[in-house]
Amino acid sequence: MKTAKLEVLSNKQVSDRYWHMVVDASELQAEVKPGQFFNIRCGDEYIPLLRRPFSIYQINKHDQTLEFLYLVKGKGTQRLSLVERGESLDIFGPIGRGFKLQTGHGTILLLARGVGIATLAALAQEAAKRGIRSVAILSARSKNDLLAAEVLQGFGAGVYKVTDEEGNSDVSSVTMLMEKIMQEYEIEAAYTCGSKRLSKLLQNLTAQKQIYAEIALEENMGCAMGVCFACVCEIHDTEGSPRTVRICKEGPVFALEQVVLT
Amino acid sequence: MSKIVDELLNLQVKIGSLTLHNPVMPASGAFGEDMDNLIDFNQLAAVVPKSITKHPRKGNLTPRVCEVSAGMINSIGIQSKGIDYYLSKTIPYYTRFDVPLISSISAYSIDEFAEMAEIIGKVDSVAALELNISCPNLKGNGDAFGMNPEATRKVLLRVLEVTDKPVIAKLTPNVTNIQEIALAAEQGGADGLNVANTILAMAIDIHTRKPKIGNIMGGLSGPAVKPIIVRMIYQVRQVTKLPIIGCGGVMNGEDAIEMMLAGASAVQVGTASFIKPTAMMDILQEIKDYMIKYGINNINDLIGKIETVNAD
Ligand SMILES: Cc1cc2nc3c(=O)[nH]c(=O)nc-3n(C[C@H](O)[C@H](O)[C@H](O)COP(=O)(O)OP(=O)(O)OC[C@H]3O[C@@H](n4cnc5c(N)ncnc54)[C@H](O)[C@@H]3O)c2cc1C
Ligand SMILES: Cc1cc2nc3c(=O)[nH]c(=O)nc-3n(C[C@H](O)[C@H](O)[C@H](O)COP(=O)(O)O)c2cc1C
Ligand code: FES
Repeated sequence: MKTAKLEVLSNKQVSDRYWHMVVDASELQAEVKPGQFFNIRCGDEYIPLLRRPFSIYQINKHDQTLEFLYLVKGKGTQRLSLVERGESLDIFGPIGRGFKLQTGHGTILLLARGVGIATLAALAQEAAKRGIRSVAILSARSKNDLLAAEVLQGFGAGVYKVTDEEGNSDVSSVTMLMEKIMQEYEIEAAYTCGSKRLSKLLQNLTAQKQIYAEIALEENMGCAMGVCFACVCEIHDTEGSPRTVRICKEGPVFALEQVVLT
Repeated sequence: MSKIVDELLNLQVKIGSLTLHNPVMPASGAFGEDMDNLIDFNQLAAVVPKSITKHPRKGNLTPRVCEVSAGMINSIGIQSKGIDYYLSKTIPYYTRFDVPLISSISAYSIDEFAEMAEIIGKVDSVAALELNISCPNLKGNGDAFGMNPEATRKVLLRVLEVTDKPVIAKLTPNVTNIQEIALAAEQGGADGLNVANTILAMAIDIHTRKPKIGNIMGGLSGPAVKPIIVRMIYQVRQVTKLPIIGCGGVMNGEDAIEMMLAGASAVQVGTASFIKPTAMMDILQEIKDYMIKYGINNINDLIGKIETVNAD
């Protein structure tokens, strides 16, 4: 975990609301794991002031590059979209604990909503590298927002798309879809990011079927160093007693069964 | 060249009987053990862990921070593990560093301030106490002890009865007349004043019409507050000779110098570390660069040296 200035190799708009950025990570000299994130300074000015957290979208060890996929939401991400190729990006990281990838023979299930896919894509990439098959359900507002689908398919993942636009992204439709997938494949572990509604659903289903599951959580961050206690959430530890943890330090990835989803 | 000059600079400042080897230290709540792989704590003027409460506290609802123009609002709500944990884990951890440990105390009543000050004040490795009589998050409407001169005086009187350690009162800027509060703290026997804590603030998301932080109101920090804090340091300097620690919006060496010219003997750095984890080290270097540039050997020659033409 340190600050570094990495050269931006490209920063392009890839759909109405999403941008994709590639940075040269040869300077970084740190191992980056799926599920970890970087706290990025979007510009040198005081507005926006704070860094913004972004997950690793792709880790390209061979090329020594890192990729981010981000949704342009407010001031920070708007400013980030103005960063041009050749400029340097002030990043702090890698931060937090990544996913635990189970290495049995089975298949892993990825359940992502919106930009949550940015976080799970790196896991699909890692799974492919280790010969683990993945199946993904991607949920979004519109078809236009399902941009990582091809990337996942490129890793050999089976991809199911649901959108609000098409009316098949509600909880009951996704439940049916998940049941179907779980019958078809031997799901060994499941991972989710991006929606409380879907996470609750997955929490119930994986508990019933006794499947190991993890979630990557988000919360507004102050320091991303574990000192300010801005990014807390509640979990039940192994003994079942509630405990407040910091997403930047103890997370952002947690065992799904432990997380209190309100 | 600059290295030789660097070594000749006298950066030592005093806060009451407490000697600091330079004027740059962290602000409570924006500093912690997790930063020790990013900066060398021994280079700091002091270590100042997060305010401690007597009993463990869960803290406030999330979101606990949001951003506003050139600042942030926080409502952490002093999440705390309680005094027992502080005594058994936090203090021992910080004793490994060569710089003074300043313990920040938060309490609900004058008795509780005194009780905690007595216990923590007995610990040898604690160099000074900072009384957080200013946190705007503890009670419903953002009220704090430091809003009332009488309460401020009484807290200090009681605490100074039970401890010999230097006591710094961390004032709240959420008052009409900061001079009145500073004087009350002086009458109570404070060894130094921290000017100041965060400024009570609020932000609303116009799309959802909801407050941007869970606690509705919180404390504003960062560059946005600096001019207010500089003004308060200057005002406090007019009425008391007590050493002042300037706190609020110090982002770089220039900001630190500005506060020192207004009358601060040292500065605390909070939000800047979130943006640049090494900010305190850079601020120290920038102060040295300034001194070299203007041929100032002793940093004390800067304190309160604002040049004003008397208007009357
Ligand atoms: C661990 C982690 C990983 C993330 N990964 C990605 C990613 O890969 N791609 C992506 O597009 N987004 C990701 N996000 C969300 C992203 O950080 C926010 O969308 C972004 O900070 C919004 O900034 P803004 O200035 O555009 O929006 P604004 O709404 O103007 O932001 C104002 C403040 O709120 C904070 N904030 C707002 N929304 C969020 C949020 N959802 N999570 C955390 N803080 C927030 C901002 O950091 C900022 O301090 C991640 C968040 C976390 C915590
Ligand atoms: C996240 C956060 C937590 C804080 N917690 C405390 C605290 O526990 N005790 C305290 O006295 N001040 C606390 N403060 C206030 C800071 O110590 C400091 O007074 C304030 O942030 C202004 O300085 P800055 O602009 O450099 O951040 C906190 C500030 C922030 C941003
Ligand atoms: S953001 Fe400060 S503790 Fe996580």
